[in-house]
Amino acid sequence: MVEAAATTSIHIAVWQVAASLVLVALAAAISFWQKADLERDIAVATARSIVQLTLVGYAIKLIFETDTIWLVLALLAVMVFFGAITARHRATKVPGSFGPLLIALALAGGTTLGLVVALGIFDPTPRYLVPVGGMVIGNAMTASAVALNRLGDEMGDARARIEATLALGATAREAAAPTVRRSLRSGMIALIDSTKTTGLIFFPGTMVGMLLAGASPTDAVRLQLILLYTLLGSVSISALTATLLAYRNFFTPAAQLREPEEPVTTAA
Amino acid sequence: MLFELREVGLDRGGRAVLDALSAGIPEGSTAIVGPSGAGKSTLLRLLNRLVDPDRGEIHYRDRPLDSYEPLALRREVALVPQLPALLEGTVESNLRYAADLAGEPLEPERTLSLAGLDPSFAERDVTKLSVGEQQRAMLARALAQQPRILLLDEPTSALDHAARDQIEAALAELRRELEISVVLVSHDPEQARRLSDWVLRLEAGRLAGCGPLAEVLA
Repeated sequence: MVEAAATTSIHIAVWQVAASLVLVALAAAISFWQKADLERDIAVATARSIVQLTLVGYAIKLIFETDTIWLVLALLAVMVFFGAITARHRATKVPGSFGPLLIALALAGGTTLGLVVALGIFDPTPRYLVPVGGMVIGNAMTASAVALNRLGDEMGDARARIEATLALGATAREAAAPTVRRSLRSGMIALIDSTKTTGLIFFPGTMVGMLLAGASPTDAVRLQLILLYTLLGSVSISALTATLLAYRNFFTPAAQLREPEEPVTTAA
Repeated sequence: MLFELREVGLDRGGRAVLDALSAGIPEGSTAIVGPSGAGKSTLLRLLNRLVDPDRGEIHYRDRPLDSYEPLALRREVALVPQLPALLEGTVESNLRYAADLAGEPLEPERTLSLAGLDPSFAERDVTKLSVGEQQRAMLARALAQQPRILLLDEPTSALDHAARDQIEAALAELRRELEISVVLVSHDPEQARRLSDWVLRLEAGRLAGCGPLAEVLA
């Protein structure tokens, strides 16, 4: 069982956070200089990160203090819901993508957290379930969004091949199988690649956080490994679930390809 | 009649692609002719339920087409689309995929020969074939299912004269060897004359003629 240190050894002052905004200004300046037209996005992202993380910080503080599992589950449910909404913006070419994404994130979060608790890796307490749940659902969201984005593109590009396969009497699942396979790979490959290069090219966030907080390098590495493997399970489940549920929306019950719709335009 | 269309209509993007179409397609060889955009390919796709009509009814062998299970119907009424769209792999793996779907045994050499291809094509990678060869491999793949009816959408539209003649010869040979009906979409009335004995002529989604070749394309 992973045990938490009683205290952390660093404290961050507000002025230190404010000082780091210099780097945000640098990013905006580069965008302006190179006419990348990302200044507004950078400003929105920065403002949202401050508001969202501050609010979630207070929510986590409340959850830790009340120490009840129901509040944890409610927070994770909210994360799943907003994760599915966010991922839907990346899957505009997939009809009815919200349902598959919601199920994919819920299943990935539930299964992964359930397993790490059942295997005795983490205690079923807010201190573990909230941060690990956030990472699991966040990575599941990214993986399923990438997978469905690819699915939408591929279903358009491979339309002629899919219809030619349907014309042979193949089921929708058989006709879409190569497309589903490639979409699943797209959703999973980023985390697999970063797992391959971890420690060589970059230090992952948890490990950096633990080292900054004064933990021993051995503990930091062990916890990071646990989280990497947990995330691998999570992205696999979410990408698989999302693609297997979403590809069906391209077909009618009579195994006919639906006419393509105009992509759903959504505000980011 | 093999197929009977009764007041069939289909809309796309708020426009009628086919409208109030009533016609019969008998056993044998039928050509669907007409200018681009007349609805020829759409009509062909209706016949094996790749799409269903918005209005009207289609009957196949005296039963409503939508009473047939779509997957079984498509194995019996095989459609070869206008553009080649083979699966990754060899020609033989494509033939085997189609034969397995239909639950039919595969004789690669005979199937390739019926489509006018040499047996050596079995091991060829589909990405290394010319468009004409891919078109014939598509025909062979459909034949691997041993269908009763072949629906061919402009099978020679992308080919030069030599490749077109080879496909037409393969189709004529096919008709002689197998008891199979063919419904062929073509924008070329001369090709319809060479390959069919019954003609449906469409113009702007409406029927402009239907009957024996000599009457419709006199």
